[in-house]
Amino acid sequence: MPKVIENVGCPYCGCSCDDVRVTVSDDGKKVLEVENVCAIGTEIFKHGSSDHRIRKPRLRQPDGSMKDITYEEAIEWTAQHLYKAKKPLMYGFGSTNCEGQAAAARVMETAGGMLDNCATICHGPSFLAIFDNGYPTCTLGEVKNRADVIVYWGSNPAHAHPRHMSRYSIFPRGFFTGKGQKKRTVIVVDPRYTDTANVADIHLRVKQGHDYELFDAFRMVVNGHADDLPDVVADVPKEQILEVAEIMANARFGTTFFGMGLTHSDGRNHNIDIAISLTRDLNKVAKWTIMAMRGHYNIAGPGVVWSWTFGFPYCLDLTKKNYAHMNPGETSSVDMAMRDEVDMFINIGTDAGAHFPIPAVQHLKKHPWVTIDPSINMASEISDLHIPVCICGVDVGGVVYRMDNVPIQFRQVIDPQGLLDDETLLNKIADRLDELNAQGA
Amino acid sequence: MAEKYILNMITQRAVEEGIAMEIGKTSPEYFDACNIIEMNEQDMKKLGILKNTNVRVTSESGQVIVKAVVARQTVYPGLCHIRQGVWANQVVPPRTQSTGAPQYSGFPVTVESAPEEKLKTALQLVQGAVGMWKEV
Amino acid sequence: MSELIIKNGYVFDPISGIKGDKADIAIKDGKIVDKVSAKAKSIDANGKTVMAGGVDIHTHVVGPKVNLGREMRPEDKLFRGSVRGGIVKQGKRMEMGFSIPSTWKTGYSYARLGYTYVNEAAMPPLMAPHVHEEIRDTPIIDISAMPVFGNNWFCLEYLKNKEIENNAAYIAWLLKATYGVGIKCVNPGGTEAWAWGENCVNIHDPVPYFDITPAEIIKGLIESNEYLGLPHSLHLHGNNLGNPGNYTDTLDTLKLAEGYKAKNKFGRTQVIHNTHLQFHSYKGNSWGTFGSAAKEVMDYVNKADNITIDLGCVTLDETTTMTADGPFEHHLQSLNHLKWANCDVELETGSGIVPFVYDKDSAVVGIQWATGLELGLYAKDMMRVFITTDHPNAGPFTRYPRIIKWLMSNKARLATLDSMKGKAKVIAATDLASMDRELNLYEIAMMTRAGPARALGMSNMYGSLAAGADANIAIYDLDAKKLPTDPELIEEAFSKTAYTIKEGVIVVQGGEIVAEPPNHTVWTKVTMPENTQVMRDIKEKFTKSYTVNLENYAVFDDHVYRPRAIEVDVA
Repeated sequence: MPKVIENVGCPYCGCSCDDVRVTVSDDGKKVLEVENVCAIGTEIFKHGSSDHRIRKPRLRQPDGSMKDITYEEAIEWTAQHLYKAKKPLMYGFGSTNCEGQAAAARVMETAGGMLDNCATICHGPSFLAIFDNGYPTCTLGEVKNRADVIVYWGSNPAHAHPRHMSRYSIFPRGFFTGKGQKKRTVIVVDPRYTDTANVADIHLRVKQGHDYELFDAFRMVVNGHADDLPDVVADVPKEQILEVAEIMANARFGTTFFGMGLTHSDGRNHNIDIAISLTRDLNKVAKWTIMAMRGHYNIAGPGVVWSWTFGFPYCLDLTKKNYAHMNPGETSSVDMAMRDEVDMFINIGTDAGAHFPIPAVQHLKKHPWVTIDPSINMASEISDLHIPVCICGVDVGGVVYRMDNVPIQFRQVIDPQGLLDDETLLNKIADRLDELNAQGA
Repeated sequence: MAEKYILNMITQRAVEEGIAMEIGKTSPEYFDACNIIEMNEQDMKKLGILKNTNVRVTSESGQVIVKAVVARQTVYPGLCHIRQGVWANQVVPPRTQSTGAPQYSGFPVTVESAPEEKLKTALQLVQGAVGMWKEV
Repeated sequence: MSELIIKNGYVFDPISGIKGDKADIAIKDGKIVDKVSAKAKSIDANGKTVMAGGVDIHTHVVGPKVNLGREMRPEDKLFRGSVRGGIVKQGKRMEMGFSIPSTWKTGYSYARLGYTYVNEAAMPPLMAPHVHEEIRDTPIIDISAMPVFGNNWFCLEYLKNKEIENNAAYIAWLLKATYGVGIKCVNPGGTEAWAWGENCVNIHDPVPYFDITPAEIIKGLIESNEYLGLPHSLHLHGNNLGNPGNYTDTLDTLKLAEGYKAKNKFGRTQVIHNTHLQFHSYKGNSWGTFGSAAKEVMDYVNKADNITIDLGCVTLDETTTMTADGPFEHHLQSLNHLKWANCDVELETGSGIVPFVYDKDSAVVGIQWATGLELGLYAKDMMRVFITTDHPNAGPFTRYPRIIKWLMSNKARLATLDSMKGKAKVIAATDLASMDRELNLYEIAMMTRAGPARALGMSNMYGSLAAGADANIAIYDLDAKKLPTDPELIEEAFSKTAYTIKEGVIVVQGGEIVAEPPNHTVWTKVTMPENTQVMRDIKEKFTKSYTVNLENYAVFDDHVYRPRAIEVDVA
């Protein structure tokens, strides 16, 4: 009899939905059906029981081909290379549970290397702004139950977070928001007329790269300097700025959700910094919160886990072994790659091959490259060693952090059939490193 | 040759790209989802680019052949978009303004009609970039 | 079986009434016993002070707001020389941070001070799995955590309708769901009001929409606590924290306990533990007229034997304030204009974080510093008055030795007072300069171990050297018969134990970490008949209002590490 598993967590986007229903085969090895999930999530569960899944580590041979090896051999290869490397970098964790992220911290502390996560190329600038200005935020349930004004700024949930608007923000009927969308005002700020803008009450078509100026204009209005505003700011007419500022200032509970449109553009952290300042200003006259639209279901996780482990969320330099150091720009993955500073690269739970600018990939590829990931991807296909692991939320459970830093407990739905999970694999590598360090001492 | 028309490029997520990525980066779905540039119709006219034909996109850090389409999520004239992923990252500048985050959005590119050029696969691009691509 | 004997130390154990006599403490299999065999390993404690392992009744060391504090303050790691490179890595992992240390540093540092059990003062129930992940990664010390109830929608609704039994059943359910230990209440009603940008500034200020007053919430939580007979009492952070003139609100709050008597099998006597009283004991009507009300407040506390308190002493450091009192932190950032984090948590609570510099040259800070110490010096029953810094709010717990020094030495207090630019104002606004009381080691043992353990209802396990208790022991390099005349040496002795023993294992020796045995998660398991009404209410709130499914809300058993349950049966 097929078995239905309820309350399953979806390992795709930062919504970390936990209401998925998965039907699995009698032997617990196949996913037969997935419900309550977006189109992207469906593919992850399907992939989990695909016949094409890699189940053994593969080591590149001198002729360029890949040969199956055992986990023991893969662990030994990785530990030996880590032991030899002076400045190895482990990067990724977009799809790893927190248990795996904690084990990774142990590996890189033991090895004395660099440790970084995908935030470095996504919401890293948001971290920089939080370091400077704080983070007045809330959990997503507060938005659902209370928010009457919602701003999506430089974020496009219709594409990147498919269930965000229906579960948390625009559409749900919460405790104090029983009328749902009817009683909410939705504002989208984006240079494109996105599919999210299409469901908004107001779309501010900001000039790309000029978000800072528009935030500044809103701050001027909220702080009583509307008269000094020019007729147009960042392509947005003054009347529209005044209209939206009025809506913001009269909110009972407002939330700004911001995304890559701010962190990837000119200004980077400064765009987020001023967004936080505007939130602070608005709290003098209304109730306002702000939230980063974190991309992956547990990309908040490494920031959380490494903050309690080392005190820093990303860009960690653990080469000193006695203490950690963080200095984005210096210790960030892409910057180190471009300066050709690292001498070994471990790509885990992500695909730097596809998502780093290609010159960074070219630099990293000069050195030993290990990919730890369930899938065939660009990173695995240029690796010296590819170690397949469980998919969190499919073959292994664990704690993950949703975009609002709420921990969600994910479940295992199918049998891992011999695959190791990240935590077990990484702890074995750390154990082996401990031995090598002891022999070397 | 006429004066070069500089466009402003952004690269962002799309649901088609998300689905295709989970199917697999070597899949035809991923190929179809990510090797397009979305433009404003006025710009295409100005540059003599026909809809659904290949173009060469050149930035300070590289170039890539992609297929030009009119953006469904409209971009204003002067702005263009390639979905995040392998094709986009052939031209994304790795400069980070000392923050760690590359210039994924808001960098100058030129776009030229190149109907005779062939699209490359993801693997061809990435393995090619690191000297590993072998024609079968 | 492992045996250990600690010989010839000066033993201070208020639970068994030993006041500095020379005695031997025997240990077998992790417990204190009456005697051991001749094969027992022996520790010579001659000329040293022996106490039970310290117990911290109120500290913020694990969980979401502590961790956001770590995350948003890289400078807390960077500017302390002794941390950056000065410390040779002692335990297995690196130690990072000053006011909000990493989990490993937290465990190691408490152990070096001779503490072996600490109580995390605020766990947002929705975030409980996070708290337990951090407990897993905190070495050595046992940890319990109190879920917050004072702004929880279930409680607000039950208590408005005077449904104590339902409220108690919900609390019992939530303690199990979160593996929590007792009832914490922070700014009752005020944090819910803050979700609309408002606050409840006194105990009669009604909560928006829910139409219940803080006074009703506090009394209802006392009644629920005693209905269940939990090991600990209601643990209260009242309304109007931190403001000039708030001591009248504090007295109004404490008076709510009148007529209530503790009902429990654990030896607990109080019905309210009022935490970080220093922040609630201010006179004046502005920062200009700010002053200490320590005497007025302690006069009341000394008479009311169903109340316990902890001090919340200001340590004069740069630190990180963090509390579930969201409106307070918003108020604080409007005063010091530093970075501000806030997190409102659906249906349950909120929190805020603001860095703060307790600059000893500010008169207000000097008055706060004096107020905390006065509370301790005005106290009559030291089994009801405990040393804390509300870590990290008034300063980091690593400064406990300094607080002890100030409480034990008038000379040390006067030296600090002398160094303050606002000395004259501090003297005028407080009584400290005229107080010559100096606490003794027996009183310190009451305020740091025996008292907090009894108030937590755990003096059979912690804070005791009586047979049967956990063998958690601190040995300080302090000759109790010849205390040093230089108070700095007292601080030094309490900063690094000669030995710390955790469940019979030597974990610190000569101030250095030598072992890292696994810790326990301490929680309260209430057994009572199922309440169908409450279970229905829970299902309804999860269906309609929460964004996490009920089945994923309770902490999974395998996400709780080495649990140790205190059992309570409610017929």
